[in-house]
Amino acid sequence: MNIMIVGCGKVGQTLAEQLNEDGNSITVIDSRAEVVRDVTARLDVMGVVGNGATHTIQQEAGIGQTDLLIAVTGSDELNLLCCLIAKKASNCQTIARVKNPAYSSETGYLKDELGLAMVINPEHAAANEIARVLRFPSAIRIDSFAHGRVELFKYKIPEGSILSGMAVKDVVSKLGCDVLVCTVERDDESYIANGNFIFAEKDIISVIASPRNASEFFRAMGYKNRAVKDVLVVGGGETAQYLCSVLHRSGISVKVIEKDMGVCEHLSNRFPDVCVIHGDAADQSILLEEGIRGAGAFVALTGIDEENIFLSLFAKSVSHAKVVTKIHRIAFDDVIKHLDLDSTIYPKNITADQILRYVRAMKNSEGGSMETLYSVIHGEVEAAEYTVDEDSPVTDIPLMTMKKKPDILIAAIIRGGQVLIPRGSDVILPGDRVVVVSRAKAIDGLADILL
Amino acid sequence: MNYKMIRNILGWLLLFEAGFMLVPLITGICYGERETLFFAVTMILCATIGGLCAWNKPKDSVLYAREGFVIVSLSWIALSLFGAIPFFISGAIPSYLDALFETISGFSTTGASILSEVESLPKCMLMWRSFTHWVGGMGVLVFIMAFMPLSGGQNMHIMKAETPGPSVSKLVPRVKTTALILYSIYLGLTFIQFILLLCGGMDVFESLTTAFGTAGTGGFGVRNDSMASYSPYIQWVVTAFMLLFSVNFSCYYLLLIGRIKDVFNAELRSFVTIVGAVTLIVTLNVRGLFDTLGEGVRHVAFTVASLISTTGFATENFDAWPELSRTLLVLIMFIGACAGSTGGGLKISRLMILLRGAFNEIGSMIFPRRVKRVTVDGHPVDPEIVRATNVYIVWYMLVFILSLFLISFDQFDLVTNFTAVTATINNIGPGLGVVGPTGNFSGFSVFSKLVLMFDMLAGRLELFPVLVLFSPSTWKK
Repeated sequence: MNIMIVGCGKVGQTLAEQLNEDGNSITVIDSRAEVVRDVTARLDVMGVVGNGATHTIQQEAGIGQTDLLIAVTGSDELNLLCCLIAKKASNCQTIARVKNPAYSSETGYLKDELGLAMVINPEHAAANEIARVLRFPSAIRIDSFAHGRVELFKYKIPEGSILSGMAVKDVVSKLGCDVLVCTVERDDESYIANGNFIFAEKDIISVIASPRNASEFFRAMGYKNRAVKDVLVVGGGETAQYLCSVLHRSGISVKVIEKDMGVCEHLSNRFPDVCVIHGDAADQSILLEEGIRGAGAFVALTGIDEENIFLSLFAKSVSHAKVVTKIHRIAFDDVIKHLDLDSTIYPKNITADQILRYVRAMKNSEGGSMETLYSVIHGEVEAAEYTVDEDSPVTDIPLMTMKKKPDILIAAIIRGGQVLIPRGSDVILPGDRVVVVSRAKAIDGLADILL
Repeated sequence: MNYKMIRNILGWLLLFEAGFMLVPLITGICYGERETLFFAVTMILCATIGGLCAWNKPKDSVLYAREGFVIVSLSWIALSLFGAIPFFISGAIPSYLDALFETISGFSTTGASILSEVESLPKCMLMWRSFTHWVGGMGVLVFIMAFMPLSGGQNMHIMKAETPGPSVSKLVPRVKTTALILYSIYLGLTFIQFILLLCGGMDVFESLTTAFGTAGTGGFGVRNDSMASYSPYIQWVVTAFMLLFSVNFSCYYLLLIGRIKDVFNAELRSFVTIVGAVTLIVTLNVRGLFDTLGEGVRHVAFTVASLISTTGFATENFDAWPELSRTLLVLIMFIGACAGSTGGGLKISRLMILLRGAFNEIGSMIFPRRVKRVTVDGHPVDPEIVRATNVYIVWYMLVFILSLFLISFDQFDLVTNFTAVTATINNIGPGLGVVGPTGNFSGFSVFSKLVLMFDMLAGRLELFPVLVLFSPSTWKK
């Protein structure tokens, strides 16, 4: 598929990289020549220097042959203009990044009236993901399928856990809750779990379950189900604003530390219930004074990744709070993985996942249309949710006799609002939603899971 | 340096070379020639060594710019070293060094020969000689990229190092698809020429070898008098195709996808103007030498096309023409073809950037605070490219002068030496004097031949890939 990406910031580059790896032809447009030069030297994509919102530049970049335009510059207005112009020039699909909270409340209107296929908001998506993690503080990360009926969470097995030494197939019987272990990460290797896999300490596992069974799982693990009650947020940018509004709705009390007075005032005007502190969080005494030791959760959302990491490490050292760290720019995933951080949030990856899902769904919907896509282990394992078609080739075959490709797991079946963790005798019926876990890029669409 | 990856790609290269040798092999079988055997032997050798090197793909397949340069240079050297084997072991060219000169001349699309007489060579050898032009014209690594799954964006470094011109732009986002499109256009044009030559009464063998020699803008002929004994029709066809193959291939792509108004860019317009102007002046200058004006125009157009496209076919001994014509012809040897074509020389677009930059500099001496970018077709040229172009011309002159000095030990006259270097570094073939259209390069000493071989490779790969081989820091782990 021919995809044009306007704006080569972090999100644009991540998208270019992932969509290119996924087998699409990518053209990137940016007005900064050196950025375009850098991207085209690193990735197998074409670069055009210029203002992507002008018709001339879009023509030069070949808008006529483009199937999808993604506008992800730093400016919302420019992004919307790009999409409008592209829409007039060709019948391509358009996706715009809109991050300003003032517009985001009108997302639906914008989408319909401007004919956008999708509006992405990395900041909002990041805030939602943070909020989900705060609901289950014991998990590293939570993604949800089928409008929240199924959850896929990641959990790091602590030392001395009852899980260590247990085989995957014994989990259901020994813990007494209906969950399915999908993947295991151990020492930089990742595995799609089969029944005989034995857990060890420090493994990171991903588990799929209904929300109720997820709670059961954590209770069995010995955690009291303590949803976070108060959150200390550092940095009052857009992500923090979205987070405030999400958390406010769930009745969690929020305290924000921000060093810019203007931002502080804006925040306190918009969220009268939020406690806004004007101060520099890099100063330990302010954090201590604002009660970091007793906080239920600590979320580092400043614009500087290094600061976020340091603040989080400090929070881990002085409190038992659930710590969430936002990382946007730096790309040392391997190093960050080995730091003692609870949950790290990469807004650019969340956005890339959303768009990747859209592109995959555009490309092939054979056997069932893709509803959601998450990368479970970045670049290695992904989980996709499909709605099964009437004439899909995967229906009416008991799972244990189905000839599947290797390393493919049917992780959940959602039928009429009921979540089924599939066992060997279950079958997939038309109209079901299924969650399939597979190696990244291993399958194109639901029908492709069959050998 | 990722040595494992370099080894792997060189292995693939040899496998492909074994494949290329199918062409002379089949020719030999068709004509029932004994020498075919030598190709079979070389193919087995290439395939064995190549297979061993390409056997396991290294885990770390990351290539940086320096690996790109090194891979390209080493590939061309390896290609020539193995390509020379059939000439040598068959005894067609008794000295291996001479065989290597001939092969490098072939792959670099120069067409300079050490043979005084080619008609006695077996058909399969002649076919291989001409086919090396075709392979070298578009670039062998571009060919491999079109068919081999190389990792991600890194093969752009290879394409950059192999494709001529001041800057390389892809036609479509993916390198692989770009390479495929380029080769399809190349193959298509070659095929059209082949058919047109067949229509002119040439036999299949000569049509093929001539088409290969023209397509790569190489210049190896299969007759001792090059193109002189063919009919005017054939000569006109070859003239037209020499010019067509010296046009940037992206123009053909733009033509195919219907962006016609972008085809006639500044480079193409300059090229057409130069060809027209030089043809006119030379025709006026030599009109007394020919019986009719038509004949004069035909020979002049052929010669101008042959030299500016850096092909090197000849219908007339232009060394015997008046001084003005000889000078002009040597000058257009330096200009060369358009960037992104199969031709050599300095390239029109590079000269345009250079000249515009030079005029800008004069302007900024008069108005020191003036800000002005070099533009081509209304687009500002990246200052990086302007800088690289300036550096290129400096190195070009350094290599040129040094080569001229080194080969002058052989006691030939200055015109011979000067045009010998000109004809090799610009990948043309014939020069003037001893190396003129009727002469050849066999008189040079072993040392001079080595220098000229270096010039041919350096000229084809546009200096930098070859020069980085001599920098010690390239080879550090």
